[in-house]
Amino acid sequence: MNIIITISITAFIVLYAGLFKANRALLPLTVVGLLTALGFTFCAWNGNAVHFGMMQTDNFALAFSGVCIVGTLLIFLLTQNYFAAKSSNIAEYYTLILFALAGMIMMVSYKNMAMLFVGLEIMSVSLYILAGIRKQDFASNEASLKYFLMGAFSTGFLLFGITLIYGATGSFDLDKIQAYLVDNSKSISPIFYPGVILMMIGLCFKVGAAPFHFWTPDVYEGSPSLITTFMSTVVKTAGFAAFLRLFASSFAPLHDFWVVPLTVIVCLTLFIGNVTALFQKNFKRMLAYSSISHAGYLLFSLIVLSKNSENNVLVYAAAYTFASIIAFAVLILVKQKTGSDSFESFNGLGKKNPLVALSLTVAMLSLAGIPLTAGFIGKYLMFLNVMGEYKTLLVAFAILNALVGFYYYFKVIVAVWFKDGAETELSTPGQYKVVLLVSVAITLILGIYPAIILNLI
Amino acid sequence: MEQLLLLIFLPLAGAVISAFAGKSAKIVSTVISVVSLGLALFIACNFIPNASTQFEANLPWIADLGIRFHAGIDGISMLLVLLTNLLVPLIILSSYKHDYKNPAAFYALILFMQSGLLLVFTAMDAFLFYIGWEAALIPIYFICAFWGGKDRIRINMKFFVYTIAGSLFMLMGIIYLYLQNPADNFDIQAFYALNLDSAQQGWIFWAFFIAFAIKMPVFPFHTWQPDTYTAAPTQGTMLLSGIMLKMGIYGVIRWLLPIVPTGVQDWGQLAIVLSIIGIVYASLIAFTQKDAKRLVAYSSIAHVGLISAGLFTSFNLANLGLQGMQGAMIQMFSHGINVVGLFFVLDIIFSRVKTNKIGELGGIAKVAPQLAITFLIIVLGTVALPGTNGFIGEFLLLMGVYHYDIWAAAIAGLTIIFGAVYMLRMYQNVMLGKTNELTITFTDIKGTEKLVLYIICALIIVLGVYPKPLLHLTEASVQHLLEQVNQKLTSVK
Repeated sequence: MNIIITISITAFIVLYAGLFKANRALLPLTVVGLLTALGFTFCAWNGNAVHFGMMQTDNFALAFSGVCIVGTLLIFLLTQNYFAAKSSNIAEYYTLILFALAGMIMMVSYKNMAMLFVGLEIMSVSLYILAGIRKQDFASNEASLKYFLMGAFSTGFLLFGITLIYGATGSFDLDKIQAYLVDNSKSISPIFYPGVILMMIGLCFKVGAAPFHFWTPDVYEGSPSLITTFMSTVVKTAGFAAFLRLFASSFAPLHDFWVVPLTVIVCLTLFIGNVTALFQKNFKRMLAYSSISHAGYLLFSLIVLSKNSENNVLVYAAAYTFASIIAFAVLILVKQKTGSDSFESFNGLGKKNPLVALSLTVAMLSLAGIPLTAGFIGKYLMFLNVMGEYKTLLVAFAILNALVGFYYYFKVIVAVWFKDGAETELSTPGQYKVVLLVSVAITLILGIYPAIILNLI
Repeated sequence: MEQLLLLIFLPLAGAVISAFAGKSAKIVSTVISVVSLGLALFIACNFIPNASTQFEANLPWIADLGIRFHAGIDGISMLLVLLTNLLVPLIILSSYKHDYKNPAAFYALILFMQSGLLLVFTAMDAFLFYIGWEAALIPIYFICAFWGGKDRIRINMKFFVYTIAGSLFMLMGIIYLYLQNPADNFDIQAFYALNLDSAQQGWIFWAFFIAFAIKMPVFPFHTWQPDTYTAAPTQGTMLLSGIMLKMGIYGVIRWLLPIVPTGVQDWGQLAIVLSIIGIVYASLIAFTQKDAKRLVAYSSIAHVGLISAGLFTSFNLANLGLQGMQGAMIQMFSHGINVVGLFFVLDIIFSRVKTNKIGELGGIAKVAPQLAITFLIIVLGTVALPGTNGFIGEFLLLMGVYHYDIWAAAIAGLTIIFGAVYMLRMYQNVMLGKTNELTITFTDIKGTEKLVLYIICALIIVLGVYPKPLLHLTEASVQHLLEQVNQKLTSVK
């Protein structure tokens, strides 16, 4: 509870600071607020407190809150010289991102479906504005509109699903829903099943799983890069946590029923994400499609529910988040210098910018899933989990997709190190260096010694 | 234990130092690799040649997943550790005449790769083995793609995707074995003790065999190899052919045969057939090559084919298998030395006249007698002339194949004849005959070139005349391995 309050208060303070044109104070204020929230996260560890029957800060919620807060913190550090160049109303950016974060904290810790909806909406509405915040820019407007229409549509699915489930069980409470399924395992109301499917569709929209992914590439490409970073990392992580919280616990008794459509979704997501990413000429679009494919790997954890499913998603999401933050940070730097985000603008980057290029290489290796990086451990855990029920064909399919992934991630590495380019020297602000180094360190530490994160939840 | 950890991590530490050493990385990496060689020799001297695993390090790593840092050295590992640590300094020395851009990164990657290779050759934990397997691949990819020749990006992408495809399926096999293992760990002894039925063994066989076959490479998984060898910088080619290829053979011996003996019995026939097809096919293509580097690349496929044929046949022979297996051991070592020597000679020629086309060369022996003699010794070693190191291995391997099937031996024996023909013809066209305007200004070897080639020639002759120390080193372990396998086979029946 403290976490949400802290983040919301920070958001208001920042908004007022903006009103009084205290632009230099914005970042320190935000950082202090987020660090306080992070402190509360640590304090609440193992507390497992239930707040008014609406939210439960168990370790699952806290671990995901932690990842979201740290991710947001790193993204805030990337704002150096970024917003100032684009707009004079910087405080609004900060406030909206903080509100979105507050919504996400609700999404990862809800105990009641009403909270899921409220959290999702707080986050989404903030993101609709953020996507379109460059109001003179055509692409940004398009992104915002698309995101809004699709988001509203998917919220409709979600709400309808919630309604049907309420109709069947008479409760929004996760535990009560689960109890209903266990108690009436022979006589589950027929409207419960469409409810589950509708909620699945709604959540798949939010996390960008195929075939509900069509909004992602355009929205990711059109939004300001920093907002894209936020959407494709932290927001995605929160979306998966929400997905998991519902399906891995409340709906777990019906696993046999919903695993079939989910398997289809996973296969489609992996295939479409990877194969389309392969043909992209634009780095940002490639990342958008690759984020779809990662959604596929993340959903793997739901195909076989085990005691490790939740922790596996945490590891994968953390690995993916920090690697993506590096990739986007470098993208922002390159775009600032060259004005383009195609692969060509990365050519020859390694010659003049060893730090940036090395970080990007580590990020790509992690996203591709090469050993000794966090991404490998994430993929390994997912495969291990699914192999646990000997779904070898599915794993083989995922491996083939991972191979395709190697190809396009290595395209970036090839461009950075092996191709000759303009040899532009990027101007890397200090905060970017911090973000890159921190993210690389996390990626490598999780890859070499993952024991620290394996038994968190 | 400490010695082993030092052995594995010294090159890694050296890689970090080299990365920051700038222009002096050449010297730094040479020193580190020579110290590593000293350490390997020290370990070899203290190694008791019996079947036990020595210098064992068994530390907790990722406890929740049953992964331990478990490594150790038995006779088979010892041989490959020696080979690795012997070849890396030679490979680094062979680069002295080159001025690679970014030398710090170049030498750091070589040392990094050495650590990965040593991990592969000593790992007693399947997960650790896999980590080493990939840790050796990433640096060589960067070496070949950054410092390579024409069309290097496309060629290396093919190489990379090929090898990683194999290794991912191997990972799947490893996970499967782990799930079957009641002890919930990746320990090699626990894997040896698993009782899998023949269908399971068949699947595991393929999951592992494809990874190893791509690495060696065995026909028809070889298509990446000639291009990659040709496009890589010479040091990269040496690492690939001299050491990395042994990873595949070692994997077969250490992981494939003992874990899924029934699978090998069921499918080994096919592996033998593929190996023998590879021998003939690669030899025939080697005949037609105009580029000496490509010729050596294909000859390497032929030689590896014989090793792999020998391995799989010796396995099917219950008690007679020791010879074939020992042949594979010694041939791994000899092939490593010979192929590095061959590529180095070709590199010397290329650095002088900027071509490796056999037709454009000739008469070098007249202007560079020392090169001619050393090259001749290496070629004779490669074609397995009695008295050179190549002979012992090929002889034992062929004997193994002969015990298995006389026709297979007859066809596989063609390698020796084919090999002699195309290698000697290459030697003749390159070194003998009249000098032309290209080769007239050829200067003889000197400095580090001389040093490296003399060491290689000395090894070829010494091991050819007196191979006993190496055979002795591995014999007990190989014997033990075969006994283990036979025991497992009979217990299943």
